[in-house]
Amino acid sequence: MSSYIVKRLIQGFFLVFSVSVLVFAMLYIMPGDPIDQVMGWKVSQEKKDEMRRFYGFDRPLHEQYLSWARKAIKGDMGVSVRTKLPVLDLMKARIPITLKFTGLTLLFDILIAVPLGLLCAYWKDSLFDRLVVGVSLFFTAIPQFWTAVLLILLFGVTLKVLPFNGYDTPLHLVLPVAAGVLGSFASTIRMTKSEVLEVIREKYVTTAYAKGLSKSAVLVRHVLRNAIILITVLISLSIPWLISGAVILEHIFGIPGMGGLMVNSIIMQDFAVVQACVLVITVLTVVFNILCDLLIGLLDPRISLSLRGGER
Amino acid sequence: MGLDSGELLKLDGLSVEYRVRGGWLSAVKNVTLGVGSGEIFAVVGESGCGKSTIAHSIMRLNTDGNERVSGGIYFEGENLGDYSDRQMTAVRGKKIGMIFQNPLDSLNPVYRSGYQVAEAIYLDGKGRDEVWREVIELYRKMKMPDPAKRVRSFPHELSGGMRQRVMIAMMLARNPKLLIADEPTTALDVTIEAQILEIMNQLRADFDASILLITHNFGLVAEIADRVAVMYAGEVAEQGSVFEIFQRPRHPYTELLMKALPRRSKREGRLQTIDGTVPRLTSTEPGCRFYNRCPCAGGRCRNQDPPVRRLSDTHSYACHNR
Repeated sequence: MSSYIVKRLIQGFFLVFSVSVLVFAMLYIMPGDPIDQVMGWKVSQEKKDEMRRFYGFDRPLHEQYLSWARKAIKGDMGVSVRTKLPVLDLMKARIPITLKFTGLTLLFDILIAVPLGLLCAYWKDSLFDRLVVGVSLFFTAIPQFWTAVLLILLFGVTLKVLPFNGYDTPLHLVLPVAAGVLGSFASTIRMTKSEVLEVIREKYVTTAYAKGLSKSAVLVRHVLRNAIILITVLISLSIPWLISGAVILEHIFGIPGMGGLMVNSIIMQDFAVVQACVLVITVLTVVFNILCDLLIGLLDPRISLSLRGGER
Repeated sequence: MGLDSGELLKLDGLSVEYRVRGGWLSAVKNVTLGVGSGEIFAVVGESGCGKSTIAHSIMRLNTDGNERVSGGIYFEGENLGDYSDRQMTAVRGKKIGMIFQNPLDSLNPVYRSGYQVAEAIYLDGKGRDEVWREVIELYRKMKMPDPAKRVRSFPHELSGGMRQRVMIAMMLARNPKLLIADEPTTALDVTIEAQILEIMNQLRADFDASILLITHNFGLVAEIADRVAVMYAGEVAEQGSVFEIFQRPRHPYTELLMKALPRRSKREGRLQTIDGTVPRLTSTEPGCRFYNRCPCAGGRCRNQDPPVRRLSDTHSYACHNR
């Protein structure tokens, strides 16, 4: 098991490394540079070159990358060109907010969609099944930002029951999380349903009935227990989507998370901040995926066998 | 059909149809047979003849809403067809156990084998220590090597024979009176098959259970069964004691099957086969279902159901011309 973790960590490291190189390269391929952006057209070329030297933008790319990476490992992500604040300070307060927001979205997505999917499979083709699948597909068809706007209009503006801008009380999270869940729960429901339908046909489910277990015991202990393995895999695959969805939702609802920061920094070509954001998101994704792999290993004894290197 | 009062299980005119596109497919038609206490009754037939459907219908395990079951399934004199789903749950495992063809697919991959046996025993409201003592004891009876260790093995860590032993242990854990064995050795090799058969024979003595053996293997029937029903396309062609069927087959299908068996004494180049294929039948068509392949088919066979003729208390067959 431990050699497996080491292997996954090494893989994760290379992934983070390649993404950081890509991000670095991509920003320099794009036209314009931050000095032009900040200084405006009135400033003289000499002054701009001086600024470029000051921030190190004149050095060869790989040198810039290495010095940036060396500092990043120590936690120094550089200084935001626009705000003149250390990137780390900008990020420190925002990462937990994004984590909390996406975590809550994921949690409610699972708590709502997995039971619904299970029941849809159980009562396949019933009115309940059609209703749930229909409603969830309706919300998937609507773009997430539009759902968010509709929610704001209904609950925030017309009914005035929920706040929709900012991040002061837990109530402020209700609408953003609802928008996030509405955008993703259809796929979770469909995934759970098809996976449960798959498992229901397995012979060991017939065995479970044959030995005298009740329907609910079979459904939870044998069907759901096996379906949950693949559901975990698929949910872990959807995490990057969840995070990218959060970027937009944070922006719409004025949540001071990484999403808002990233969107603004891209517009302002604030390289250091964009790099840091992408890097943090990559690291989060890699960490989530490793955690999911470990969870799957715990859930499926056939996998944990191979994790132990095939020994019995 | 003999053994009237002593019968543990009696199927009385059992028919099962499956809904298919544009109608009903008749999988089992008007099957009547009885299994006595302590008896091993075999149902033989080729693939798709409805023998597994019978097994699943008795346990009411073929419930995906696309089937129609009629006729009586009497167990200890009570019609299981009248039972509610809840009552059937109480019958399964407790009164009738069932083992399946492929013992790997039939065990849940995420639970230890012992737990899956224990799960059945827990249903009787026993305490943890007692349950696990019984599980290990059952493993011992199944002649599992190192039972105390094997209860902690996952199914994928066990061989095919061991998995089938786990299945048998699971299904006998609550001392059912009838064990339905649906092709129990088909997926196993011959030496393991012999061991499983020995265990089943032993169980009949130890647990005093009847066994309804579903198989396509006549060798198995000859070796272990007391009585046998030969099925063709959902109907019982002929049934009788093993001796009667093997020595004096009357139905043309049984006769042809016997000729198709590989025997050591005859040194013929090729085995005899039966021409044609099994027809796909809807429930409304009358006539003998073996008509299109039968060497002695006559005019009546095509559109009249063959009468059931009795030769003895146990031996009967359904044919117009014999």
